[in-house]
Amino acid sequence: MSRLFPHPGLTALLVAMWIVMVGEVSFGALFLGLVVGIIVPIFTAPWWPGRPKLRFLPALAYLGVVLWDIVVANFQVAAIILFRRNRDLRPAWLTIPLELTSPEAITVFAGTISLTPGTVSADVSACGKYLLVHALHAPDPASEIAKVKARYEARLKEIFA
Amino acid sequence: MSGGTSFAEMLVAALIVLGGSFALVGSWGLVRLPSLMERLHGPTKASTLGLGAILVASIAWFHLVRGTWTTHELLVSVFLFMTAPISANMIAKVHLHRLRQGEPSEPAGPAGAPAPPPGGADWATHEAPHEGTPGDFEGD
Repeated sequence: MSRLFPHPGLTALLVAMWIVMVGEVSFGALFLGLVVGIIVPIFTAPWWPGRPKLRFLPALAYLGVVLWDIVVANFQVAAIILFRRNRDLRPAWLTIPLELTSPEAITVFAGTISLTPGTVSADVSACGKYLLVHALHAPDPASEIAKVKARYEARLKEIFA
Repeated sequence: MSGGTSFAEMLVAALIVLGGSFALVGSWGLVRLPSLMERLHGPTKASTLGLGAILVASIAWFHLVRGTWTTHELLVSVFLFMTAPISANMIAKVHLHRLRQGEPSEPAGPAGAPAPPPGGADWATHEAPHEGTPGDFEGD
């Protein structure tokens, strides 16, 4: 069973994506989706050694928080672009110390930072302990770092526990 | 629907105007922000909601006017959320690299060049991942 489904979560995701792509729930769609969902995990297995366990409910709550923040971020960035003069803009590089250790968790953290209020993640340190983030407008970099860590990293630590 | 405009059409029109406005603001950000790293913020965010509103308009139109459900918009947003941070990250890394090389065509923005992280290591753009870190693959 585990030879056929080495990664049941990925199989379920691929089947769901396939059905969404076809646009209808039918036997044919489900069958082809299952074929893709079985073949892809088997052939991509070398690229995900040691996959992490996810907690589902905190992950769902995290998705809600991030989607809401993306909407808020859009209005904030739009306001900065429209109304703030360049000489009043305070862009800054933030060095965020990471408590997350798994590559998947750090990737999700970096992706979230890129999608939410006025921050883009630029790089990770070679030792894997710091994230380099560019902030569009951060008059107080320390409080910005604390906010990101409390809002996203704390939640991610629960998800990837 | 003789002459009058239905509620569905007004809703779809409002969503398209909202989406178009955000896309426009994002593009205006590309024009007026001071340097590359600031300009990167426009397309990763202001256009996300712009596209989102247009996708919701598309779903609403197919459902309210045509009476069918479409799910492709969901896929578009999933792929957008996966690819936008990655392309922004790649552009940022190229910028860091060329900044360190001192290329004259790549001036530092108002934030200056980033300081190296504490503890002796450098950013991964300039230094190979250390042993035991996630980026340290066997055979590298």
